[in-house]
Amino acid sequence: MHEISLLKNVREILEEHAISEKFSKVIKVTLEIGKLSSVEPDALRFGFDVVMKDSLAENAELLISELNGLGLCQQCGQQVELETSYDPCPHCDSPFIKVIQGAEMKIKDLSVI
Amino acid sequence: MCGICGCSQPRKINNRLQPVGVKSHHHEHDTERLVKVEQDLLSKNNAYAEQNRSYFQQHHIFTLNLVSSPGAGKTTLLVETIKVLKDRFPIAVIEGDQQTEHDADRIRATGVPALQINTGRACHLDAHGIGHAITELGVKDYSLLAIENVGNLVCPSSFDLGEAHKVVVLSVTEGDDKPLKYPDMFHASDLMIINKTDLLPYVDFDVERCINYARQVNPNIQIIQLSATKGDNFSIWTDWLVGRVET
Repeated sequence: MHEISLLKNVREILEEHAISEKFSKVIKVTLEIGKLSSVEPDALRFGFDVVMKDSLAENAELLISELNGLGLCQQCGQQVELETSYDPCPHCDSPFIKVIQGAEMKIKDLSVI
Repeated sequence: MCGICGCSQPRKINNRLQPVGVKSHHHEHDTERLVKVEQDLLSKNNAYAEQNRSYFQQHHIFTLNLVSSPGAGKTTLLVETIKVLKDRFPIAVIEGDQQTEHDADRIRATGVPALQINTGRACHLDAHGIGHAITELGVKDYSLLAIENVGNLVCPSSFDLGEAHKVVVLSVTEGDDKPLKYPDMFHASDLMIINKTDLLPYVDFDVERCINYARQVNPNIQIIQLSATKGDNFSIWTDWLVGRVET
């Protein structure tokens, strides 16, 4: 359940931004989670309210935007859609695919007052 | 109540009559705004990991992050490794478990320094804790530092500790399809050790199938098959280490 650790990081990052960006309450947190990252969006949703309790994001809304996996085959050079980070190339069957999208797990933006 | 945003602040009536419109809608409170963040959830851990990595490089400390499911034999592998190599170069061990000092005690019995990190409810070690452990342990220059992570094939794959390599240990008493069941860990590791090979005659573990599965999720993974308790092929592993610690 490392999603709880990740959510604690979210809380720390937004507490830092509260100082630098001068806000006192977070209304909405938007995360960008790639389908190839080892993060389960449902587990993030499950833990969000618990981890944000007594913080400036208590009762904030959590929005998760999921990004599909995309890779570049290192053998045939084609761009391919990936369900996992170790899918072979559907065109030439090479296992050497460089992930170009889908590994993300980041805080995109915050709605604040 | 404000009819536009729903807040409970009463509307201010200006002297000048204005049409009820959004543009002229003012409140005493701050308005909601968007703050761009664009920051990785692991950015803090990754920053600590990079600090650890540069410390290791400056001090010529070759660091491994050993991962496996519970019971694959990480501690026995380390104990036997220390027995063979401790006179060759300094070795230190950081042990991660949810509870107990048992593993660190086993390492200390070999005569090398070990620090136990109890993660409590957490299921993995993180780079910040490792940074503190390095200071506390006083890891020597030109040495081997082995970090034995919490037995868990899921969570530790995401947390860079600053190590040179993740080494995944899989024992033949587990399923040979572990690399497919827990692909993230095998994808993140540079070396897979298949341990307890002396038990192969008694278990239904297909080594070749396991290797194929591991290469399917990580075509670059190196593989060593050994028995830590019986010593079979053990020198392949210790040679692998010596070649990297002494460069």
